[in-house]
Amino acid sequence: MAKVLGFLVLALSVLICEAAIFKPISDSHRSAALELFTPAHGSLSSLEETYEALRTFEVLGIKKQPDQRAATCATVVDTLSSPTSALKDLFQALRVNGLLNCELNKKTFAGIAPRLKDAVKSASSLLDYYYSVGSLVLIKGLNSDVDVHLESADSVVRAIKALSQSDGRWRYSSNNPESSTYAAGIALESLAGVISLASSEIDQSLISMVRNDISKLLDGLEKYDDGAYYFDEKLADAHGHQGPLSASSAVVRGITAFAAVSAENLNLPGDKILGLARFLLGAGVPGNAKDLYYQIEALASLENNRVSIPLILSLPTSVLSLTRKDQLKVSVNTVLGAAAPSLTVKLKQIFSSGSKDASVIDQDLKFDHKNAVHYLDALPKDIDVGSYIFTFEIVLHDSEHKMIYATGGRTKVPMYVTGVIKVDNAEISVLDSDLGNIETRKKLDLAGKNSISLSANHLQKLRLSFQLTSPLGHALKPHQAFLKLSHESKVEHIFVVENSGKQFEIILDFLGLVEQFFYLSGRYDIQLTVGDAVMENSFLQPLGSVALDLPEAPEKAARPPPQAVDPSSRFGPKAEIAHIFRAPEKRPPSNLSYAFLVLVLLPFVGFLVGLLRLRVNLKNFPTASAPAAFAILFHLAIAAVLSLYSLFWLKLNLFTTLKALGFLGIFLLFVGHRTLSHLASTSAKLKSA
Amino acid sequence: MAKSSAIKDAEALLHSLRSAYTATPTNLKIIDVYVLFALFTGVIQVVYMAIVGSFPFNSFLSGVLSCIGTAVLAVCLRIQVNKENKEFKDLPPERAYADFILCNLVLHLVIMNFLG
Repeated sequence: MAKVLGFLVLALSVLICEAAIFKPISDSHRSAALELFTPAHGSLSSLEETYEALRTFEVLGIKKQPDQRAATCATVVDTLSSPTSALKDLFQALRVNGLLNCELNKKTFAGIAPRLKDAVKSASSLLDYYYSVGSLVLIKGLNSDVDVHLESADSVVRAIKALSQSDGRWRYSSNNPESSTYAAGIALESLAGVISLASSEIDQSLISMVRNDISKLLDGLEKYDDGAYYFDEKLADAHGHQGPLSASSAVVRGITAFAAVSAENLNLPGDKILGLARFLLGAGVPGNAKDLYYQIEALASLENNRVSIPLILSLPTSVLSLTRKDQLKVSVNTVLGAAAPSLTVKLKQIFSSGSKDASVIDQDLKFDHKNAVHYLDALPKDIDVGSYIFTFEIVLHDSEHKMIYATGGRTKVPMYVTGVIKVDNAEISVLDSDLGNIETRKKLDLAGKNSISLSANHLQKLRLSFQLTSPLGHALKPHQAFLKLSHESKVEHIFVVENSGKQFEIILDFLGLVEQFFYLSGRYDIQLTVGDAVMENSFLQPLGSVALDLPEAPEKAARPPPQAVDPSSRFGPKAEIAHIFRAPEKRPPSNLSYAFLVLVLLPFVGFLVGLLRLRVNLKNFPTASAPAAFAILFHLAIAAVLSLYSLFWLKLNLFTTLKALGFLGIFLLFVGHRTLSHLASTSAKLKSA
Repeated sequence: MAKSSAIKDAEALLHSLRSAYTATPTNLKIIDVYVLFALFTGVIQVVYMAIVGSFPFNSFLSGVLSCIGTAVLAVCLRIQVNKENKEFKDLPPERAYADFILCNLVLHLVIMNFLG
């Protein structure tokens, strides 16, 4: 996250280019802190996070929530009384206790102090030193009764110093060759702790070696164009949250802590301290809790340090309106937004963004005590609309303050001066091509509404002209001055209106434009756009329409380009497909069908009646048992085949039907043959008889 | 006069036809009644189709063709069974009847398949 932030800051500063406004800590940081450090489930997950939250709230002056205090203190007491707590946990617990002042009995500290001293002696890595020394410093700050002094402070300083590298950075441990800037910050803080705990004076040569390291470390500072300095952290290790912000923050804390305990002045360059402050402020409001803590903690240590306190020059607004006669206002604060000592802000130079030459002003700003704002009554007379870079210088009244505060020489600030541009002499006319006679001429009021209607053919010209005058009577070339003609069929043509001085003019010769217009006759809507960042009355307005009469298109003429298709129609949902079912055939009324069912049965009744009238009988039916049985079986088999047919009609398929029919057919053949041959033999007997 | 003589002629013709038909053997008469039954059933179906339309056409076709097929087969049977026909003198009526049964079964298998 911090790395991304670093890149953002970089990108931002490149955009602004060597001039930027840094604002001190403000209410937006406070609301962000309340939001970021609000515990998700009632309490913050670890003591470390709790400390970061409480410390940030303290620096920002936010009243901490009392309801968490009891629970947090219980955790602190648990951690401190447990003999098995890790060194890191002890350190975090003591830090939280330092902010909350939990009720702890003095025996607790008396029990911890020897453990911590042993830890200092047996420490092997930088973090071990940091936690144990830091814990002892915290105990010292709370309770003077407990003996926390280190007898062998010199050797501890040497042990920590042994981990440093030639470029001023530190290693986390002796068996880890990677060096880191963040570790350098931690090491400096630990060294400051050791010096404050030392029972006897530390060897001065050791301290001067550390001072050397600090200056080497500051030599490795990287610089942005806007005057912000930062430490780049190249080492990506398991500690997470390593980036320019955390590294710069750690070093700032380390240096200020070391400066606080070392007796002599470190002689740190003020512009680098100011540059670091600018970098920390340039991060804006960080998006995560860790980065916010790093930023606020480092700024807090810059606010009260013995090296040099940076003063930040900021402007409430970087846009001044000439029309409203805005005053140029500048405020100077410390990084956390506290009031600066008495001083004078001077406006030294004004660069016009277009040209390199600067107008030298050297004017003192007046101080408004009520609002704590430095202001300039009126802008210099020759300042017209446009973008400028203003150069300010802070001059401290008290010469002693010059040793304490870092003002960083001249501060460049980008400014935009805006105003209402006068638009006049606007007119539109239709000219004859040959002689230049004016056919039609219409005045335009570009401030109000216009709806002219003109007509022209391809032998004529359309002329539009207007004047733009800045508040000081100069010419202004706006970013945008476009004339747009759009045909009824949505084909658009855009022309740039050129200027010479104040006069803007465009002449459209339709004879030369017929091909570009795709020979499309008809109504064209005219729209004029004039716009600029410094123009307060930028406008985009329809002027009316012109009816063009263009010749017929020759066969080979280019067709108008197809209009851009709305992407939602191409990629959007297709129309729903409704399935159309076949309408059912019209059926006859059921009564009719039943009537015909009965009617169909009538011939059958007639058949039966006919049989009766013919006196049909079954006398020929075999009477002997075996032939009778075969005859019955024969009729049953026929009935079975017919039933099989009706089953086939109702549900069976052809294959099952044919299989069953095969067996039935063989049976039917057999019994049929027996029956019929019996009948044949009886009739043959009758004949012969 | 001519009219009444024509009616008389027709009456005489019908009378002779009737007396001639009375001499027909009973088994042939049974087949005639059966043929008439089949034909009338078919005619009723055609009338029904003329009233309500031919949908579903395959059902109509199979119904009518079943009647016509049955009638044709019955006529064939009658030809074979008739003793006056010297051509089929050697063919026993039982054999003709067996053919009739077999043909009917095959016809109706097709009809049922087509009925839908």
